[in-house]
Amino acid sequence: MSQDIYVVIEHLRGQVADISYVMLAAARVLAQGTGGEVVGVLLGHNNQELAGNLAADQVLYLDHPALAEFTSDAYQKTLASLIEEKAPRAVLFGSTSIGADIASVLSARLDLPMVALCRSFSAGGKYVSQICGGKIMAEGELPEPTALVTMIPGDFKPDEGKSDKPPNVTSVAVPALEELRVRLVGYVEPEAGDVDISQESILISVGRGIQTEDNIELAEELAELLGGVVSATRPVVDQGWLPISRLIGKSGKTVKPQLYLALGISGAPEHVEAITDSKMIIAINTDPNAPIFDVAQYGAEVDLLDLTEVLIEMIEEA
Amino acid sequence: MTAFVSNTAPGNSSFSKTFYDSLLEVVDGEHLRTCLQCGTCSGVCPFGYLMEFPPGRMISYLRADIFDRVMDSESVWMCVSCYACTQVCPSKIPLTTGLMTRAKEELLLAGNIPKELQSALENSQRYGNPLGESPRKRANWAKGLETEVAIMGKVKRPVDILWFVGDYPSYHPRVQLASRAVVKLLDVLDIDFGILGPEENSDADSQRLAGERGLFEMLAEKNGQALSKYQFNEIITTDPHAYNALRNEYPKLGISYPVRHYTQFLADRLDQLQPLLTQEIKAKVTFHDPCYLGRANGVYDEPRTLLEAIPGIKLVEMQHNRSTSLCCGGGGGGMWLDGFQWEKAHVRLSEWRVREAISVDADVLAVACPYESPRFEDAAKMVQGAGQLRVKDIAELLVDAMED
Amino acid sequence: MNIVVLIKLVPDLVEELTIDDSGTDLERDWLRLIINEFDDHALEQGILLKEQSEGQVTVVAPDTEGVDDVLYAAAARGADKLIKLLGEFEQGVNSHALARASASVVQDLQPDLVLTGVQAHNDLDGSVGPLLAEFLGMPYVGYISGVTVGDKKSIARKEYPGGLIAEMEISLPAVLGIQAAEEPPRYVAISKVRQAMKTATIEEQEIIELDSSGGPTISRMFLPEATERATMIEGDEEEVAAKLVEIFQELGLL
Repeated sequence: MSQDIYVVIEHLRGQVADISYVMLAAARVLAQGTGGEVVGVLLGHNNQELAGNLAADQVLYLDHPALAEFTSDAYQKTLASLIEEKAPRAVLFGSTSIGADIASVLSARLDLPMVALCRSFSAGGKYVSQICGGKIMAEGELPEPTALVTMIPGDFKPDEGKSDKPPNVTSVAVPALEELRVRLVGYVEPEAGDVDISQESILISVGRGIQTEDNIELAEELAELLGGVVSATRPVVDQGWLPISRLIGKSGKTVKPQLYLALGISGAPEHVEAITDSKMIIAINTDPNAPIFDVAQYGAEVDLLDLTEVLIEMIEEA
Repeated sequence: MTAFVSNTAPGNSSFSKTFYDSLLEVVDGEHLRTCLQCGTCSGVCPFGYLMEFPPGRMISYLRADIFDRVMDSESVWMCVSCYACTQVCPSKIPLTTGLMTRAKEELLLAGNIPKELQSALENSQRYGNPLGESPRKRANWAKGLETEVAIMGKVKRPVDILWFVGDYPSYHPRVQLASRAVVKLLDVLDIDFGILGPEENSDADSQRLAGERGLFEMLAEKNGQALSKYQFNEIITTDPHAYNALRNEYPKLGISYPVRHYTQFLADRLDQLQPLLTQEIKAKVTFHDPCYLGRANGVYDEPRTLLEAIPGIKLVEMQHNRSTSLCCGGGGGGMWLDGFQWEKAHVRLSEWRVREAISVDADVLAVACPYESPRFEDAAKMVQGAGQLRVKDIAELLVDAMED
Repeated sequence: MNIVVLIKLVPDLVEELTIDDSGTDLERDWLRLIINEFDDHALEQGILLKEQSEGQVTVVAPDTEGVDDVLYAAAARGADKLIKLLGEFEQGVNSHALARASASVVQDLQPDLVLTGVQAHNDLDGSVGPLLAEFLGMPYVGYISGVTVGDKKSIARKEYPGGLIAEMEISLPAVLGIQAAEEPPRYVAISKVRQAMKTATIEEQEIIELDSSGGPTISRMFLPEATERATMIEGDEEEVAAKLVEIFQELGLL
């Protein structure tokens, strides 16, 4: 039984996912309280180098052909034996298509307690979770003896979990992985064609206020700089300035991005109902009474075209 | 949409036959037998030119026993239940309530329904309003007004007038403004009124015409129960769809009360109202006859009487007026088929109407139905030259003409 | 093919949520419950599989307010059997308790495939699917948006961010956590639901004990700071842009 905090590193096709770094940053806070180490747990095959920039005190590397890419069965078996042996204070998983497939199974298999949807840990080592679509926060003692925690991004940024100095990597033996019940057949690339805005995390959305088709270029430039995509309200799509796949609203898609920047959108109910799950809404509209300001976290009454130009300049300089 | 599979045709009978028989059971349905195939219905239908199967052709396919092909097409969902076809049919076939609604019912039973409409229907079922708003907040629009609005469940006393408010007048920010105007009017006329508030459910008339008979009956039952708890002399409503439901459909379910549209109610009290209209409104005003007040229920004069009572107003008529009025596109489910209909038509009925309004040089487009102010205001922003056109509910104009 | 779909009702987020007097749970008096959106998809997927290749769909749900209507609607959609779990479910029950409670009921049905929503918004102790899988000794894969079923195996399409799909081959019987059905949940006309109320029956299974161990304890439940209206950023375009850059940096976008 140790006071170490384990972080199950998520990687997909050779790339470490951002959530892994976020978890390492969170684990650091927790470890400071427990007095243990932050231990990265990397499962894979011939890809030890993925541990290169993990901000962990040490990394346990478990190599096996069946672990090359994620499958629930193989990862569950491997981690079950590791956790049983090492009994850390907590194991962090991403609340993702990878982490959520394994954490709960391990909870039942090893009879260990689980906390889900955790976004941070308090100074006193309590978990802080966010449920009910973000409307409710729950806080409590980190359960014992080994808490299995699934984490959502929120309070930590990936950079905080990255390190220039590669951590110490120790190879650990993998149990026999036979008679696996889940096998990866292959990956299917997303269809070439337009983006699915409902899956995008950053949306620059334009409304009537964009005025002309040419101005949309500005929005696209800004979107590109921020790693996002342009979306629109009804009038813009009706004019044919953007395809219907970019439409957000009652007749279009519902979105849940991390950032929703609304340029020249008034905020009619038919539109607002499709953006309320956004983490942050920023609205630019010259009309101070525009209803969009009732749902946005930040707003400004400046001309959206001028603002977008200046914003693009500033970001390029930053 | 997936291929149509009928839910109601029994094994040994063709779908067309079963459907035909069901139409005969609608009030006046037997007139279907005398269809002349004159094509007037299809001609007058605002979206008739786009439908693969406008009403006339639907009947011919029905007679040819190949009606299931009609069901495979999506053209039925272009129908906005505006009554134009029913109005002009020389054989007096109940096309809107019979043929079009029944066809939509069949599509619904088969699960073939555009997504937007599905959400509106599911919301109506779950929350008692198509907008998906919390039923507990249905009377929030009435908070903080100068006049306190009596909510029947709270005041628990008889009132003179029960005002059935409606979904959009309760929840939609633009239409709430008209609701507040109505409160002011009832107040200055010293009317003792109350509203059901959170106990009110959607009249569901548009949902009925969109094919959800079961939903309509379920919500009517709930409204009936709420109404039966209280004492009042008359129901008034600002919503022609609710007016239509309460006046013509609810009695068939055993829920029967005297009901009037608010324009009829106010026109009756014109001698009281007139002296209060002291502020001149210098404007050319044209009135859009709502389908469910005008064509469906024959109320054309009272709204005009009220408008003419406002000093300074010059009332002008659009080319299509009274019984030929052009639908705003919101009825029969149209309110929740905007995306779907736009994809097919690339034009909105509300935009046509706004063009008509500016073609008669109107400054103000006066309306009397809650679907209309948001629809026409949106349209006015899109139509060239309509930037200055104001859209106002009659109640709002009356209040504007009164001193503060 | 024998398909079991486990569904549950969760707080409807349309209503405002408040905390009860103890400060550690939701105020349940005014809670409106609706079917968990992902369970709705799981049900749709089950019906679709049944329609594609002879099968039977059994729906299992814990007894909470309004569950009868949901079960009848499921029957109207095409579910063959409805089972309601009776027990102390009113005050809300965590996933561990629900998984244990449903395990023996599901086991007795001898399913080839168990479908349930990949998650629910109030699952503070994780979702029920993976737990149930483990109690049943079945494999689990989640975030599924497409399923085909063969003789002893199934191919499931697992979703990753950015639209990437992984095709997984899974030995049956298995539990799948559904993210999205292959078709959006179909509309069921009210008249059909009313019809189902007359023709379908809901079987009841008594659950004597609910064991919720495995979940965390909650010392405090609270609402995040509410902001009524947008914080307006003052100034001209330059000043506003500068503030926005700051916000973007805080969000980790720059």
